[in-house]
Amino acid sequence: MTVRMYVVKVVRVEDVEEAVRRLSMNVNYFLGDSVKQYLKKAFQQEVSEVGREVLAQINENVELAAAEQLPLCQDTGVAVVYVEMGQDVRIEGGSLYEAINRGVSRGYKEGYLRKSVVRDPLFNRVNTQDNTPAVVHVEIVPGEVFRITFMAKGTGAENMSRLAMLTPAAGLKGVKEFVLKTVAEAGPNACPPVVVGVGLGGTFDTVGWLAKKALLRGMGVRHPDPNYARLELELLEEVNKLGVGPQGLGGRVTALDVRIETAPCHIGALPVAVNLDCHAHRVGRWEA
Amino acid sequence: MRKLTPPLTDEALESLRVGEKVLITGRIYTARDAAHKRFVDAINQGQPLPVDLCGQIIYYVGPTPAKPGHVIGSAGPTTSIRMDAYMEPLLKAGLKATIGKGYRSWGVVEMLKKYKAVYFMATGGAGALLSKKIKKAEVVAYEDLGPEAVYELTVEDFPVIVANDVYGGDIFEEGVKKHREITLPFKVERLSEV
Repeated sequence: MTVRMYVVKVVRVEDVEEAVRRLSMNVNYFLGDSVKQYLKKAFQQEVSEVGREVLAQINENVELAAAEQLPLCQDTGVAVVYVEMGQDVRIEGGSLYEAINRGVSRGYKEGYLRKSVVRDPLFNRVNTQDNTPAVVHVEIVPGEVFRITFMAKGTGAENMSRLAMLTPAAGLKGVKEFVLKTVAEAGPNACPPVVVGVGLGGTFDTVGWLAKKALLRGMGVRHPDPNYARLELELLEEVNKLGVGPQGLGGRVTALDVRIETAPCHIGALPVAVNLDCHAHRVGRWEA
Repeated sequence: MRKLTPPLTDEALESLRVGEKVLITGRIYTARDAAHKRFVDAINQGQPLPVDLCGQIIYYVGPTPAKPGHVIGSAGPTTSIRMDAYMEPLLKAGLKATIGKGYRSWGVVEMLKKYKAVYFMATGGAGALLSKKIKKAEVVAYEDLGPEAVYELTVEDFPVIVANDVYGGDIFEEGVKKHREITLPFKVERLSEV
């Protein structure tokens, strides 16, 4: 008789809950070091006087929020939780989704964060009182990795995000125009300087998620395909010629970064989505 | 720097120009989506508003809960255009200024001219910093709305910029025009007031 041994990594739901609880608070108090560096660079690059004043306020706000553990922004967002789960991982102790939501609930209550979720979009807009449910995406990946990427997503920039089903004939030109138009029309409403997440390909449902995933990737982390990496930098340069500037008051720094995520798509399709994030770009990670 | 205290007089409003920096001291009211809906429902039903808006300032904000020992939590401006659909009845009720972030629809820019009112912008995403200018916060209406309740805030040197004046000027339009370095093959349009 042969006994087959499976190596399985165990992740306890209590640990997931605790990680999400801490991430909820930490991303809202402490802006990531890379975002801070981009904002400091933005201050040096800005030519508009009022733009520089706004960036100085933003940078001062970042320091104050961290020092006093106050939320950077009163819109502490909806919790977006992206789980990369290795197929050799087993979750023990209960439901993964429930653990994530318990973490969000505790983090938002214990951390004095704003509860900004209503139960129903149209007929019953009643606050759920604990910022749940989170928006959870789980992706199965090879091996034993268990990684959580947490984003506190404010709605100012989310409301100015756009999606279009372009035709293949629209091509590169069509994609560029759509990105520029989205950022230009978002203007001050998305709280620039923004971070621009672009999704390309897939289907109607997946392209929006690709754009969000681009926001989660990390500041300045380029697409692995050199064509898209180049396009990210080109788009960043062109977006920063739009003149929107800090808080839309006019200036050179409209975006801090542009990132693209791609997927194969139908022969007749060219889906594109632009997901904007404000300068309070609140993303954190945890790995079991 | 210019300092203002509500209630705002016509002379004060007429003297303000787009781009001017202003420090507000005194009492202002908060309201966002849900409170605006209730204000306008009350007006439509012929009921009195819970606060007298005559000459007053509304700040579009939904603060985070105050930590123990704090007056208020983080309290920066929210996106103003969501309140545009409710603007005219409030202007008719005497509202003279609003504070928020982002642009107003062109319809509201016209209304500000018509009713002689201004729109101030505060820095979006600077909620921790702006909270330090708030010295007192008291719920005065719709407590059940939680972060969307109407507060009376006592502010001291609260920093804003005139974004729309009583003459139809618009800071965002002017600022972008000055700094745009690219020719766009499309028209950049604003959202309308729903």
